Amino acid sequence: MKIAVLVKQVPGSESPLPLNSDQSWLDGNGISYVMNECDNYAIEEALQIKERNGDGEVVVISLGPERVQKVIREGLAKGADRAIHVQIDSDALADPLIIASLLTEAIRGENFDLIFSGLQSDDLGMGQTGIIVGELLGMSTASLGMATELSDGKIKVKRELEAGFFQWVSMSLPASITIQSGLNTPRYPSLKGIMGAKKKEINVLTPNLENVKQSAKKVYVPQSDKQTVMIEGSVDQVVDKLVETFRNEIKVV
Amino acid sequence: MDILIVIEDNNSKVHRMGLECITAAQQMAKESGLSIAALVMGSNADDLASQVTNYDINEVLTLKHELLSSYSCDGYAEAVKQVIDQESPKYVLFGHTYQVRDYVPKISAKLMKPFIVDSISMKSDGEQSVFTKQMFNAKLYSDMIATDEGPLLISFQSAAYSSDNAVSGSASVRDISVNLEPSMIKTESEEPFQEESGGVDLTSAEIIVSVGRGIGKEENIPMAEDLAKTIGGELASSRPVVDSGWLSATHQIGSSGQSVSPKMYLALGISGAIQHVVGMKGSKNIVAINKDPEAPIFEIADYGVVADVLEILPKLTEALK
Repeated sequence: MKIAVLVKQVPGSESPLPLNSDQSWLDGNGISYVMNECDNYAIEEALQIKERNGDGEVVVISLGPERVQKVIREGLAKGADRAIHVQIDSDALADPLIIASLLTEAIRGENFDLIFSGLQSDDLGMGQTGIIVGELLGMSTASLGMATELSDGKIKVKRELEAGFFQWVSMSLPASITIQSGLNTPRYPSLKGIMGAKKKEINVLTPNLENVKQSAKKVYVPQSDKQTVMIEGSVDQVVDKLVETFRNEIKVV
Repeated sequence: MDILIVIEDNNSKVHRMGLECITAAQQMAKESGLSIAALVMGSNADDLASQVTNYDINEVLTLKHELLSSYSCDGYAEAVKQVIDQESPKYVLFGHTYQVRDYVPKISAKLMKPFIVDSISMKSDGEQSVFTKQMFNAKLYSDMIATDEGPLLISFQSAAYSSDNAVSGSASVRDISVNLEPSMIKTESEEPFQEESGGVDLTSAEIIVSVGRGIGKEENIPMAEDLAKTIGGELASSRPVVDSGWLSATHQIGSSGQSVSPKMYLALGISGAIQHVVGMKGSKNIVAINKDPEAPIFEIADYGVVADVLEILPKLTEALK
């Protein structure tokens, strides 16, 4: 079983998000980056399948500037066997079709049985990359995976639907599955894993950036159209004002 | 036609977000004189058609095929792709539902045409359409543009447009067909099911006390539970709390949980990620307590407190007792 995991490096949830001078994108300086949250679950699912089968290969693949090698190393430290870095210089690529096309060309010759990816990124939130890669490679696809079961060249995926519903969907391999957070407990890299990751191979590819089909014209901090009443003061004052608000304004007590 | 709306079947009813797309399409058409058609598919197509013919759109396209009688990502993607090829719309509109997230990226790949997702509003800058999208967990907005000739695929976030504003009228109905083969459909689906029965029905609650990551650890959940009891409300949560196993999935509010609109929604340590906000932004009064003054929950809150919930919570419960 040869499994690819597509991972992305994104600004952490507590990172500052400074804008660049013409507001066309973020100013990369001062941002602290982390691995996209649901990608951790995608890596874990791949590693568990490999461990259950007793053999196979897990390859971590990431697209972005040089900085993304940090999350690639993290994946290798957790137990992935090798990695592919699709290096592009642009920080501001917001086109899932182009991102997916570049990833597809990078892995076309690998003939993966499975591709896992997080269902969406915490930065752009497009939620398309894993499915487009699967489609471009002629694979079966499924989104919002909450559990996977492999048997006889098939994969069964428990998909999350709306309003608390789920559905099992089965399909032949090869397949590209996008993974929802919560389906397993992602491991932390061990010290041995971190040391071992330094020796693992990262194949760096530098494709030409094609003409994008969608892009961000302007990025900005939203102006709230709602007037929020901020309740301030010491803890005791805040509590008193909240009780008063519940009683006299919202009228729930 | 110029604008094609793809209507989703919600147990033989038009999905609410399909009606919201009609409002969006009518606003686009009003400014530019574009024509509108709505596409209904599957075994309930006639039923769905009768629910949209009384809106002010030009046409309703009905598409029936045995391979579309139940949803599959391959069948739906191929069918809609063929309809787009046949009808050459400039814009194809969808509600940003879980089903749309599952199959529409495949259409984008088949056509090599952009899919702008989860837009909260659309405007024109004089030259082209600009679609506003939330990014970085709704801390920033981005004005997205297509840099490609149409057709352009667009999905709108739940409640980006109100179905109440859809203009009535009458539309003609036209049957259309596509070529699908069983071999095109690579997935086999079982019946949808719910994980736990007898769960908490949060949709009828007047007061909801909802906890997020800011509650810190599982041991702090009873503090929120105590407040909920004291104030006569139900306990709910955001996704990370459920993912961590601190509360069961039946408590979850948001796109993958329940959608609620209580008289008061008290958000404790909830940052306000889009996936959560879509499930509670209809609440009459939103009170948010979060220690991060930049948390997007404050964008939609009526009352806000910048503080550590763990400091406020016990004293608030005490004061209300």
